[in-house]
Amino acid sequence: MAEKGTQIVKRGMAEMQKGGVIMDVINAEQAKIAEEAGATAVMALERVPSDIRKAGGVARMADPAIVEQVQNAVSIPVMAKARIGHIVEARVLEAMKVDYIDESEVLTPADDVYHIDKKAFTIPFVCGCRDLGEAARRIGEGAAMLRTKGEPGTGNIVEAVRHMRLVNSQVRKLVGMSSDEVMVYAKELGAPYDVLMEIKKAGRLPVVNFAAGGVATPSDAALMMELGADGVFVGSGIFKSENPAKFAKAIVEATTYYKDYARIAELSKGLGNPMKGIDMSVLTPAEHMQERGI
Amino acid sequence: MTVKIGVLALQGAVSEHVKALEKSGAQAVTVKHPAELSGLDGLVLPGGESTTMRRLMDRSGLFEAVKKFAETKAVFGTCAGLILMAKQIEGRKGPHLGLLDIDVKRNAFGSQVDSFQTTLDIKDVAENFDGIFIRAPYIKSVADNVQVLSTYEDHIVACRQGRFLACAFHPELAGDSRFHDYFVKIIENEKQ
Repeated sequence: MAEKGTQIVKRGMAEMQKGGVIMDVINAEQAKIAEEAGATAVMALERVPSDIRKAGGVARMADPAIVEQVQNAVSIPVMAKARIGHIVEARVLEAMKVDYIDESEVLTPADDVYHIDKKAFTIPFVCGCRDLGEAARRIGEGAAMLRTKGEPGTGNIVEAVRHMRLVNSQVRKLVGMSSDEVMVYAKELGAPYDVLMEIKKAGRLPVVNFAAGGVATPSDAALMMELGADGVFVGSGIFKSENPAKFAKAIVEATTYYKDYARIAELSKGLGNPMKGIDMSVLTPAEHMQERGI
Repeated sequence: MTVKIGVLALQGAVSEHVKALEKSGAQAVTVKHPAELSGLDGLVLPGGESTTMRRLMDRSGLFEAVKKFAETKAVFGTCAGLILMAKQIEGRKGPHLGLLDIDVKRNAFGSQVDSFQTTLDIKDVAENFDGIFIRAPYIKSVADNVQVLSTYEDHIVACRQGRFLACAFHPELAGDSRFHDYFVKIIENEKQ
């Protein structure tokens, strides 16, 4: 008998994305450019994060017509974003048979307390995290994939670096603890004890953890891989750059060959301007998307 | 005599294959560059995205190198790897590596919400094997010289043609190395 939506089927789908680049796209044409460049999946959106930032107001799930257009354009997996806690947006995307849902802080949260109970769904979810507490809470809710939150739409890698380093150092700390110390650590992190014990036993997170939120250049992507990311999400970085097709290809190659520095030098030549970035100091606290849904 | 098997490491479930091969008693290494194929007895093409792997193979010279490697050596493809090995792919002009005389359909069971897990019997390999199908392809038909190893609801999901082995599901995720044991045995027999 076949069983759908099992934990291994949900987590396994993310395993297949490892070492790959998932690109934000807003129409069929961009989706095709991403697929041609070697993206392992695309994220169908109405606006890329930097435009969401500019537009202000309430950012919601994309128009299903855009999602459908992207689904029809490519054979690689299509992901889409639902607002944090918006059970119905997630059910709508599941009914549309997208391949993965990002319960994302890039959109305006629908629920400022609770995330979606992701175990109740057949479709797998990816969620953002800044530290092991957030990572473990999202896994506890049923997330089958994680990513750093970074600071979306800034083209500034500093927050993604901070989040990746923190999660990995906290995992190392947990693994080195004796079992009787874990309950207090769970209390400190606000993390479910059982998830921490599972991580401790395995010596690693039980799901893949991608980098996201600020990747703007091939070197940024390679840096995140160096720091232990399983793969990379690129939001505004590609289609806000001067030459998206070339940029997309370069980021894919830099992610696979992240330790091959001569190659990264070669493929970074003459790429044109990357997206214009934003320094963290100019963002007001209210503009920090990473503070949403913690 | 330990056999040395490479895992194409451009993208996808690479570490899982390395682990399973080591459990099967093989020495496993990752392959990102053509030169890393030398000295290998066999190669695994892992699960992942076939289009991504193909793009990266083209850009690294691995496409021609793997084709040449396969002229004399054993290859095992899982899911995306199966697609790379097929001679015919529905909806696509021409094959990738074109090693197996089979006709495959990509994403044949539907999107991720239709992905599933089931128990399979695999001829000569294992009974009660945990078959994990993720946006999986299936094999629509095989030539006479291809041996069907397993089917699911009348669709062919595993096959062997001489030293080439392929399946539509992910044995690397199953935590069960019996399929990898079988591949190692194929290589050992080839070497004798």
